[in-house]
Amino acid sequence: MKPLLCITSQAAPLLRENIDTDIIIPSREMRTVSKTGLSDGLFAGWRYIEGRTPNPDFVLNQPQFRAAEILIVGSNFGCGSSREHAVWALAEYGFRVIVAPSFSPIFHANCIRNGVAPVILPESDIKGLAAHADAGEAIRVSLEDMAISAAGESWSFSLEDEPRMMLMEGLDAIELTLKHQGDIAAFRQSDAMVRPWVYLSGRRACP
Amino acid sequence: MTLAVERHGTALHEARTLAGKIWDQHVIRPLGGHIDLLAIDRILLHERTGGVALKSLDEAGRRVAAPAQVFATMDHIVDTFPGRTDDTLMPTGRAFLEATRDGARRHGITLFDLNDPGQGIVHVISPEQAIVLPGLSLVCPDSHTCTQGAFGALAWGIGSTEAEHALATMAVRVARPLDMRITIDGVLSTGIGAKDVALHIIRHLGSGGAKGHIIEFTGSAVRKMDMEARMTLCNMATELAAFSAIIAPDDTSFDYLAGRAYAPRGALWDDALALWRTLATDESATFAAEHRFDAGDVVPMITWGTSPQQAIPIDTRVPAITALGPDDSRTAYDNAIAYMGVTPGSDLTTLAIDAAFIGSCTNSRISDLRRAAALLKGRRVAVGVKAICVPGSTQVKRAAEAEGLDRIFIDAGFEWREAGCSMCFFAGGESFGARQRVVSSTNRNFESRQGPGTRTHIASPETVAASAVAGHIADPRLLEILP
Repeated sequence: MKPLLCITSQAAPLLRENIDTDIIIPSREMRTVSKTGLSDGLFAGWRYIEGRTPNPDFVLNQPQFRAAEILIVGSNFGCGSSREHAVWALAEYGFRVIVAPSFSPIFHANCIRNGVAPVILPESDIKGLAAHADAGEAIRVSLEDMAISAAGESWSFSLEDEPRMMLMEGLDAIELTLKHQGDIAAFRQSDAMVRPWVYLSGRRACP
Repeated sequence: MTLAVERHGTALHEARTLAGKIWDQHVIRPLGGHIDLLAIDRILLHERTGGVALKSLDEAGRRVAAPAQVFATMDHIVDTFPGRTDDTLMPTGRAFLEATRDGARRHGITLFDLNDPGQGIVHVISPEQAIVLPGLSLVCPDSHTCTQGAFGALAWGIGSTEAEHALATMAVRVARPLDMRITIDGVLSTGIGAKDVALHIIRHLGSGGAKGHIIEFTGSAVRKMDMEARMTLCNMATELAAFSAIIAPDDTSFDYLAGRAYAPRGALWDDALALWRTLATDESATFAAEHRFDAGDVVPMITWGTSPQQAIPIDTRVPAITALGPDDSRTAYDNAIAYMGVTPGSDLTTLAIDAAFIGSCTNSRISDLRRAAALLKGRRVAVGVKAICVPGSTQVKRAAEAEGLDRIFIDAGFEWREAGCSMCFFAGGESFGARQRVVSSTNRNFESRQGPGTRTHIASPETVAASAVAGHIADPRLLEILP
C-alpha cells in the first residue's frame, strides 16, 4: 500500500447523507472476482446518463474536480453492505482521503485497509471546507499533523494510533499480525482446553 | 477457567457486560489505543466476496490458518430459479461461483455448494447447523453478520481484506466498541413481530443511532421471542450502524442448538452449556448508552422513504418535513419523497404495489414463511402483483414443503424459489424494474437496492402478504386468518 503522509489536492464535494455502498459501486458494476477494474463503475448510477454518457451535473464530471484526490461527503458515508469494492473503486479512481461527518463502521475499517484516509470533521466544518472546495482552492490534508487546511483556515481531526500508523506507513495488517503468531498459537492452545468445541476437526458433520 | 486479564483499566472483579465478557475472553493481546488483537472462532464466506478474499490470499502466498473453522456458501449471486446452474442472471456470476468453489477446495474449507442440502443464506444456515454457538467470535464479509449475535455470540461484518486477515491469522485487529443496552419490556400485540420492533427502534434512534456500539437487546419481550425472532431483531442492528448486536443465551437458545450438525455432543455439550450459562451481563454493569422501549407501543411498521429510519406505523401518514426523525436533513427528505413517489401527509395504504417479496437474511426462516402463509391461505395475490417467496435455506425450503406451505404460496400466486439472497438486492441480474413499488420483507430500502429505480417499502412478512393480497400497501391486522 502507498504510504499517505500528506496530500494537497482539489477536493470534490458530494454532500449527500447516507450514501450507501451500492451507490458508490452498484453491484452490476462488479463484474470480475477482483479488486481492480472497478473505477469506471464508481458512482455509476449518478455519474452516467443513458448509454454511459457522463452526466454533466455530477460533481466528478465537472472539470475543476477531475483530478480531486479528496472527496467531501455527508454523514453515514459508506453505509449498507460490507462491500469493499466501494473503497477499491474510490481508491482506483484516485481518492486518497474522504472527509465526512461520520462513516459506516465497516466502510471506515475498509478504508484503512486500503490506504484511504477516512477523516471525520463536524458537519459545520464540512460545510466550510466544501465552500473552499467549490471555490476550487487546493486543500491540504496531513496525517502527521492530523489537520486539514485550506486558504489559511485549518481544522484538526483525530484518528486512532494504529489506523494512522498503518496509513502513514502503508502497512499490510496481515504482515503486522503475523509478528504475533506465537501469541496467537499460545492463545489457541490454552483456549482449546477451556472451549474445546470451538476447535473443529474438519470432518464434515451430516446436516 | 481463566477468563480475562486486567485491561482498559477494568479489573476482572468489576461488573461486565455480556459483550465485554466475550470480548475479554478473545483478547490475544492489546495493540495500543483501544485496539485489540482478537481471536476469531468462526469465519463465514459467501461467493460475492469470499472468492476475492481467497484469491487474494493465494496471490499473497498465504494459507488459511484453520480451515476447519471456516465455512462458505453460495447465496448472494446464485440464481433462485428452480433448476439453477452455475450460470446466473448476473452476467459474470459464474466466475464468482467458480472462484469460491475453487478457493474452498484449495484451502480445505467446508463449502455448502449449489446442490448441498446445507446451502442457503449464510446467516440462516450458520445457526441452522450450529456453526454459531454462544460465546463464539464470528466474522463474515457481510454486514448482516450481527444476525448471529442472537445466540449470545460476538458476530460482526467485516470487509474482504479483513476477511483475508482473519483467514490467514484466525484473529482480527479491532477497536473495542462501546456497550449499548436496548431493553424491550411488555407484550407484543398479536401479529406484531421482531421486524416491526426493529423498525420501531430504528425510527426512534435513527440509522446512525448505535454507531460504534454493540447493542445488547434485553427485556421481557426479547426473552419471550423465539430464536428466529431474535435473529430478525439482531439482523436489523446494522441498520442502526451498530458494530453488532447480542442477546444473552438462555434455554431458548440452547434448545435451538442442541443436536444440530456442528453443535458439541455428549460431555462436550454439557461442558459448553455450563460455560454458556455464565454468559450474561452482570447486574451492576454499566452501558455507554441505554434505551427502553415498550413492546405494547409497537404496531405494524413500514418504510416510506429510502432509509430504514424513514419508517412509520402503517396506520399513520407520511411525515411532513416538519416532523423529521434524527439524522434527516431537508435534502435527504426531499430526495426520499421524490424517489419513492410519495406525498407528505398521505396514507401509504392507498398506494398500489407492483410486487411483493418474502425472503432475505432478515425474514426468510420457517416461522416467517408460516406467518405469511397463514394470511395467504385461501386467498389470491391481487391481479398485476408479482409475488415471490424465497426460503432462506434449502432446509427451510424442505421444511416448508413438508408442511405444505409451498402449496399455500403457489396457490396464492407466489413464485416458490430455491434458497438464496435473491432479490433482497439487485445483483446485476433480476430486478423489479424502475419506479416499480415493492413491499419487501428485506432489510434495506436504499435507492436502487432492488434494481435501478425500484421503490422498496420494507415491512414484516405479514405486511408483505397482506399487501400482496390487497394489491396496495395493507395493514395485516385488517386481514382475518381464514380457516
